[in-house]
Amino acid sequence: MSTAHTAPPERADGTAPPASAPPTSAPPAPVPQSSVPPASVPQSPVPPAPVPPAPAPPSSASEPPDPEQRAPLTSSLLLTVVLLLAVVAQGPLRRALGAPVMQTWMTVFTAVVVQALPFLVLGVLLSAAIAVFVPPSFFARALPRHPALAVPVAGAAGAVLPGCECASVPVAGALVRRGVTPAAALAFLLSAPAINPIVLTATAVAFPRDPRMVVARLVASLLVACAMGWLWQRLGRPDWLRPADRAVHHGEGKGAAFWGSVRHDVMHAGGFLVLGAMAAATLKAVAPASWLERAAAHPFLAVLALAVLAVVLSICSEADAFVAASLSQFSLTARLAFLVVGPMIDLKLFAMQAGTFGRGFALRFAPATFVLAVLVSLLTGAVLL
Amino acid sequence: MTLNRHAQAALLFLTGAALLHAGTTDLYLRYVKPGLQPLLLASGAVLIATAAATLWYERKQTRGKTPDPHPHPHPQPSPHPHPQPSPHPHPHHEPGISWLLVLPLLALILVAPPALGSYSAMRTGTALQQPYGTTPLPPGRTPLHLTVVDYATRAVYDHGRSLTGRPLTVTGFVALDARGRPYLVRMALTCCAADAQPVKIALTGHVPPILQPDTWLAVTGTYTSRRTTDPVNHRPIPYLRVTGAHPVPTPHDPYDETWNT
Repeated sequence: MSTAHTAPPERADGTAPPASAPPTSAPPAPVPQSSVPPASVPQSPVPPAPVPPAPAPPSSASEPPDPEQRAPLTSSLLLTVVLLLAVVAQGPLRRALGAPVMQTWMTVFTAVVVQALPFLVLGVLLSAAIAVFVPPSFFARALPRHPALAVPVAGAAGAVLPGCECASVPVAGALVRRGVTPAAALAFLLSAPAINPIVLTATAVAFPRDPRMVVARLVASLLVACAMGWLWQRLGRPDWLRPADRAVHHGEGKGAAFWGSVRHDVMHAGGFLVLGAMAAATLKAVAPASWLERAAAHPFLAVLALAVLAVVLSICSEADAFVAASLSQFSLTARLAFLVVGPMIDLKLFAMQAGTFGRGFALRFAPATFVLAVLVSLLTGAVLL
Repeated sequence: MTLNRHAQAALLFLTGAALLHAGTTDLYLRYVKPGLQPLLLASGAVLIATAAATLWYERKQTRGKTPDPHPHPHPQPSPHPHPQPSPHPHPHHEPGISWLLVLPLLALILVAPPALGSYSAMRTGTALQQPYGTTPLPPGRTPLHLTVVDYATRAVYDHGRSLTGRPLTVTGFVALDARGRPYLVRMALTCCAADAQPVKIALTGHVPPILQPDTWLAVTGTYTSRRTTDPVNHRPIPYLRVTGAHPVPTPHDPYDETWNT
């Protein structure tokens, strides 16, 4: 061990006043630093040669010590290679995608992503703002202390989030991280895309002859959202929810925390959105429509068929009313099930929920939501329609 | 392989740029309704800002901790403790799922798939909706331009009362059913192409002898009371008696927006 290398940690550990700064905080000034982090001193007797540990390419030089630094292929490089290959091979690529099935698949896939991205970005901005600028005490004051009361309040609060379901997933995630009881955040997650004014107006326009449809949709969606919240409170276990994968930002400035949250959520939820869009496009392009016709004849099968259709089509909740209106061979109750199930659980949402709250959560939450939504739709349909 | 921050910034920037590109040209109209344009442009700008912020904070953070590219033979003892190692194991990386964001990027920029056409039109039943009421057409003897949805709605629900004895022009794309019978179709869209549904008019009279599916045609003709039913959902499809047809370029907005709110 050379003195040149043991000296900095000693200073840092004991003598220098700035050593009291928390270890996560970014250094405030661009001071030239030693190439060896203090943690490496006890374990690795690095020779005093002034060579950096690895001749890493510039793209990964910023990373903390991890295997990628030694790997010859960094993700930046791989991304560049993928994009270049795609540009070079675009001729054969286009020919391969020329078949009508593939074109329909591509169009629906692109459409779902392009349609959902603005709402995802809106939800991500809101969620970052909640995570960074709204203190946890605000939610403690705004929501009733008792979780059983907080659930319906949060469910009704879903009415104020305009937009479709892609926005509600990141917002609900931010609420949980901000200390809102998960039961209330989940009620909000389920109700927000279904009962906001834009969606209810669209429903009224799509069903000009059945204004009761709007009431039925509002009532059934709120009921399911609250019931799922209460169910989670009774049966849910905190370990089903994946712990927040990033600690609440200490040390960093608010700007860094805000943009870090936006970046993380877009990359993460965006990836799952793409996965869901691929599934929805596959079903739209490949599944034969004549299956539906046979199901429409049976009253119970019809409800189940449209509930399943809502899951696989993954249509935005602002548009689903028009699709439901065109499925006129089905009973009103079956179409209500389509409108109640769709905003709460579909392929795209399942993928996004799995990404935000963990797969263990999504695998339990999604089937329960589906069953409850179908039952409540049947009940509401019997009473109101 | 996980994505490091530079790759993330690149992906965010490219996705934002692709959204701006689609939103400033007619490209976005192949996939979503026109009303989404401001939101598309705004979200594209936000994504680019996120990419810029990611690089900016990354530089700010690393300026203090990267090894000097020209290391000093005698490293100066730092007055600050080194902030690394971080308590989070992988604070900079996003999991492999984020790689999927490359796909819509390639789809938008390289492939730019066309608007939905005859393939999906013939797999889906016609989606006529009963109107609130029909307004009378302007009087005159010159050919009147109607949308596919307008013609089909008047022909089916108004029994052609407002259409009789009037030359009409309707624009749509050609689709052929399993038996080769020609239809003039327009996809009606309420939000995005995933919810697009066809409205179909069957063609009779002087139909051009060779019809290529997905060709856009401006068809001139007159109302006829003849009707058929859609093989997919058994709903009514009106006929149009064709007197002439000529190909036209694909419209700026390939979808019918009658039902948009």
